[in-house]
Amino acid sequence: MIEVAFQHRQGDFTLDVSFRSTAQLIALFGPSGSGKTTVLNVIAGLVQPREARVIAAGRVLTDTNASVFVPPHRRRIGYVFQEGRLFPHLTVRQNLSYGRFFTPHAKRFNEPDEIIELLGLRALVDRRPGYLSGGEKQRVAIGRALLASPCLLLMDEPLASLDEARKAETLPYIERLRDEFAIPMVYVTHSRPEIEQLRAEVVWIEDGQAVAR
Amino acid sequence: MTLTPEEWIAVRLSLKVATVASLTSLPLAIAAAYALARGRFPGRAVLDGFLHLPLVLPPVVTGYVLLLTFGRRGPVGSALESCCGIVFSFRWTGAALAAAVMAFPLMVRAIRLSIEAIDIRLEQAASTLGANRAFVFMTVTLPLALPGVVAGLILAFAKALGEFGATITFVSAIPGETQTVSAAIYAYTQVPGGEAGALRLSVVAISIALLAVIASELLTRRVLGSGRLT
Repeated sequence: MIEVAFQHRQGDFTLDVSFRSTAQLIALFGPSGSGKTTVLNVIAGLVQPREARVIAAGRVLTDTNASVFVPPHRRRIGYVFQEGRLFPHLTVRQNLSYGRFFTPHAKRFNEPDEIIELLGLRALVDRRPGYLSGGEKQRVAIGRALLASPCLLLMDEPLASLDEARKAETLPYIERLRDEFAIPMVYVTHSRPEIEQLRAEVVWIEDGQAVAR
Repeated sequence: MTLTPEEWIAVRLSLKVATVASLTSLPLAIAAAYALARGRFPGRAVLDGFLHLPLVLPPVVTGYVLLLTFGRRGPVGSALESCCGIVFSFRWTGAALAAAVMAFPLMVRAIRLSIEAIDIRLEQAASTLGANRAFVFMTVTLPLALPGVVAGLILAFAKALGEFGATITFVSAIPGETQTVSAAIYAYTQVPGGEAGALRLSVVAISIALLAVIASELLTRRVLGSGRLT
């Protein structure tokens, strides 16, 4: 179960979002500039609104009324950013293992080899991010987030920067993620076909307001 | 061209002073650069201005302030002597302190610029993966700022090597203890027949400075090459 409610001012624009869902895959859907990424940042703890309440995987992560704020590095939330954000000075293998290093043994539920197979990264592990294509970068970013064994996975238009062929190639990996791990996911997109293919529950965000469908 | 034994002593002393000055101030410079680049705290502008002071003050003033605070009768100087037996005045350590203070703004500036150039979103990504601030700094910020750290270190070394005004005011120019190459050149120009000596030491100073700049260039390129960004 995930519950998100907050109000956040960005310039002259106020984002007022409130939704709750038990679906395994929630899609935040809406036009560009409607505040979808900010919702993910609030869930991850990268943005701290003045009034907010975030509950995920049974933990209260943010509750401004009770002065609760769990810092991002203790949330155990995987985040696949729109632009990948791979560490340029580390190899693919080192990027993949980065979050795993900070995960206690008891909480790890996957192995690097398993993820490398699942995402088809075997041939890339010794390369640096600068030598990867857009689709490869996104797969490494997904693998890196997964290997931290997160309780919740946030994905911010992971396919937006890819051309049609790369999209078609990457989408099946995300479907495998949904099917092989029981991690709840919040997926930001403005593409209807993606939502249909992923069979996600939709939360519509428009003009800073959230509407559950 | 051969140097006299006294001149060799001055050259070795200068190298020792500049090496100690730049290496010991490095951790402090990294901390200051990080605080200025990423920190949000009251008094940030004041700290920034204070760190830049040695760059704009007359070096004699900096040396005099050092004498007042770190001299044997100065508040810090006398405390350090009675507690740990550390003496700065008229010792080579004082020359290193003066050189470090004068070179500090240059070192901080180079490191700060390279930290500011790092995309803060990479640091955010590291935090979502479970790294606390210290780990983010050690595994993401510092490695990516390495070219700036190397450049700042060598810039500070070269500056420390040439420091004259603050050093001579603070610790004078005692041959074998605080008389660096710069001070020795100045002494030569003040006596009749000193031209040849001044010229010899100037050639040495120019050679060392040139080597430092070339080394910095090569090191920076190597560091950049191994961590090639996109």
